[in-house]
This record gives sequence, C-alpha cells and structure tokens, in this order.
Amino acid sequence: MYALKDQACIVGVGETAYTRGSGKTDLALMLEASVNAITDAGLSPHDIAGIIPPPLAATSEHFAANLGIEDLRYAVTVHMGGASPITSLQSATMAVACGVAKNVLVPLGWNGYSTMRVRDMGGKKKANGGGGGAPGALANTIGEYYLPYGANVPVQWYAWLATRHKALYGTPDEAMGTIAVTSRKHAQLNDKAYMQGRPLSMEDYLNARWVSKPFRLFDCCLETDGAAAVVVTSPERARDLKHDPVYISGIAEGHPYPADDIPARPDPFKIGLSFATPKALHMAQVDLKDLDFAEIYDCFTYVVLLQLEAIGFCKRGEVGDFARGNRFELDGELPLNTHGGLHSEAHVWGMNHIVEAAHQLRHEAGKRQVKDAQLGLVTGWGDFGDGSLAILRR
Amino acid sequence: MPTETQEYTRPLPKMRGFAGEFYNYCKKHELRFQRCTGCQTWRHVPRDMCAKCSSFDWEWAQSSGKGKLFSWTTAMQPMLPQFADLIPYSPVIIEMEEGVRMLSWLTDVAPEELKLDLPVEVVFDDVTPEVTLPKFKRAG
Repeated sequence: MYALKDQACIVGVGETAYTRGSGKTDLALMLEASVNAITDAGLSPHDIAGIIPPPLAATSEHFAANLGIEDLRYAVTVHMGGASPITSLQSATMAVACGVAKNVLVPLGWNGYSTMRVRDMGGKKKANGGGGGAPGALANTIGEYYLPYGANVPVQWYAWLATRHKALYGTPDEAMGTIAVTSRKHAQLNDKAYMQGRPLSMEDYLNARWVSKPFRLFDCCLETDGAAAVVVTSPERARDLKHDPVYISGIAEGHPYPADDIPARPDPFKIGLSFATPKALHMAQVDLKDLDFAEIYDCFTYVVLLQLEAIGFCKRGEVGDFARGNRFELDGELPLNTHGGLHSEAHVWGMNHIVEAAHQLRHEAGKRQVKDAQLGLVTGWGDFGDGSLAILRR
Repeated sequence: MPTETQEYTRPLPKMRGFAGEFYNYCKKHELRFQRCTGCQTWRHVPRDMCAKCSSFDWEWAQSSGKGKLFSWTTAMQPMLPQFADLIPYSPVIIEMEEGVRMLSWLTDVAPEELKLDLPVEVVFDDVTPEVTLPKFKRAG
C-alpha cells in the first residue's frame, strides 16, 4: 500500500487555450499541450518514454510519431471517462517507480464543443442499434435498456442519483448552487477560464432554465475545446529539472458495482471514490483535515456533493449543511475548484484539475493562490461513477 | 402518454442476444428477469453468469410485475430529437418486488406527482409490431 508513496512527481504541466471552435484536431490540441508540459519540465520531447493517452481516436503511436519518440517503452490507455486522467497518473507513477519508463506523458484533449459534445452521447446510431457514442462498457446498457426511454446522456443518468439523494436527505438547491457560484467566482481570477468576465450569482443560478430535473443549466459543466497534459518522472530526476516537483503521495482508482448499470447498484451512493479514497489516504498517510485545497471533478454540481460525502468530508446526507457558508472559497476551510473547474474554466476531463493542483502547490497560481498550499486533493469521476483520487504535495 | 398514430420513430432495442430474449418475453406481455438456478438470485441487466455464486445456469423467471419508484429525472430539454414531442418526460428507475431494478416510464403519473416508493405495476406498450416496451402505472 505504501509502495507508490512519493515515488513519482509531476514535473511539467501544459495546456492549450480553452475555446469553443479550436479549428484543430484532438491530436493537434493534445500535442500542443504536451509540448507545453514537456517544455515546462525542462525536457525535450525525445526524453519521453511512456505515453498514456485518453480513450479517444488518437493513440500513443500517433503521439510517438509526432514527438519523435523512437523507443516508446510504455503505452496504455485507461477507460474510465473523466476518471481516466488520475488513473493514468497512477499508471504513470507505477511505470516510473518500477523503472519501466523514466519520463511519462499523460495528455488529454478534445473538441468537446466543436465535434464531440457530451449532450449527443449515447444517441448516435451504430449499425446494430443505439448507444454508439457512449464508452464501450456502457454502450450495451444504454442502447438496450436506457435509450428506448429517452435516457441517453449523463445529465439524465446522474440526475437519478441526485433525485434519490435529495428526496432522502433534503439537500437544498442552494447547496448545488454554491458549487456553481463558487466555481464561477474562482474563474474570475483565472485568465485561462472560459467563463472569466461572466460572473454568476445564486439568483442567476436559481432562475436558470431546467435541463433535466433536478439539474438546471448551471448545474451542468461547460462544453469546450482544449487540451492539458502533465509529465511524470522520478524524484531523483526531478531534482535536476526546472520546477519544484509535485509529489504524488497517494493515488487510487475505484469502480462502483456494477460499473455498467446505475439502477442495479445495491447502494447507489457507493461510487468509485468510496473505494478509492481510503486507499489513497492510507498511502499518503494524511488526514482530510490536512488538505489545503480540493479540486473535485465537477461534471455536475450534485456529482461534487456526492463525492464530498463519499470522500468523507461529511457524513452521508449532511452535504447540504457542509456546503453552507464560505467553506469552498479561496480563504475558506476547503478551497474548492480554485481554477473554476469544468464548470467555469474548461471541460478537459479533469486534466485541468491536476494542472491546477500543480500550479497551487508550486505557488504560482497568482490571484487565486491558496495561501501556503502544501497538500491538495484531486478527484476524477467518469462513465457511470468510476472514481479516482490523487493526494499531491509540494 | 400520447398514442402513437404514426410510424414509431424513437430508438428501439436491437432484439438480439440477452436483450432480444428479454424484449421477446415483453412482446408476449411477460416481464421476466434472469434468475440463477443455482442460488435463486435474480439479476438485471442480463449477464452471462451469477455474480453471487458464479453459476452459468439460469432461467428467465416471471416477475410479479409489481414494484416501487426508486428514482427518476424529468427531461426538460430534448437531448434526442425523437423525444422532443414528449418534453417533459421522466425516465424512472423501478425497484421490482424481486429486488432487481429497471429503467422505464410511468404511463399515468405527472412529473410533479413522482415520489419515492410510489407503488407501480407493469403494463406493456406494443410500440411496433416487433417491439413491446414494458412501462408502469400506479398499482391498483
């Protein structure tokens, strides 16, 4: 359990601009972010020996051919939707710790607005039926059992979790609104954020149109084009590089059971993170109270609330109270999604959450810097509630 | 729910494999789920083996057709054009007496009347000559 603690570090981070209408391919976006991350690390593309691209069309071979990596030693892909970036980071950590590859690149990018909108997911026709746009493990369940009833997109699936949780525990709409409003507030301090210059009040949140009850417009994250990437290497090698390393102190993945069907879960609120959190905390040997900030995967506001409970920041059913007050602000008890998150910075499957955590721990987050940040938590959430969690320290 | 007077245009299951077997029973107006013949555990969605006792032996066992409302969402914005005329509609999760849960629609409950544990029973909607979708109404 301790084997991976502090055995690898993030030494480079890179991003593209976050836009709607990139005019570039997914691969071109990811290569741009990758080169930025490699340069940020003080390395050359030829130094990369492992690549963990997302489950999209561009493969590690495409990356290696473009970056000029003749001896690609490690190439895998994680199939966990938005939980993939952190699980990929776990895989990179293992590759580095075991000596399989010295420097590992983890890129993620897409034209999430221009060509592959989440709202179209699951409805695309395959020759043999629906569910064609959805990730592999989910396509059968969606196509055969959800799609005939008009339930083809995440905003509807996760609403099932939110509806039941709200009905059982009475979570107020304002708790959801707090996530949206706080993210937007933080985005105003972030020049890269798509929603910079467009503040959001609780009144705006509550007055917005419904999408799929109990989700209103601002319960849903952005759809954007863009890419982000990180470079992982060993602590020894990190000493010679440009920036102070960001240590991967604890990291774990988790899968809800069964992962491919939400209705069948005996306990619908036992999500991937419920399994991952104790492992990652144990590995890092830290307590939740030691954390200086948290970047929580925020495809939908309620998904953040469910994760806060699953991580154990508060007891089940108590997140409505937990979300009151200024807890999530930059000077609050638990600064949350300090860059604006998927809600207000950009939707790059949470890779931007990892990049932001690195900026915070390198103390280069500028106006949105959490004072003296030493330890941060980043989560991923994907497909039907797969989870991953990283504890990072400076 | 509006009566379908024209050609049915909404997405349908592909009527092959396990799903084909499930919906073929629906066509006969029978709601059946897989039940392990080793340990009698019910399951849905259909799978090759029993996750409890690892048996590959199972049968399509008849459900009582009775259940209760476990959760729901109400779609207020069409995500697929084929459902646009139905907005608002509510994909619901029904927990059956046998313990399995399935996705469906309620035929006689308005979105604002949805509540946890509402008792319901299955009805069969022959949406095309080939496909019947199980739906639910308030239990009598």
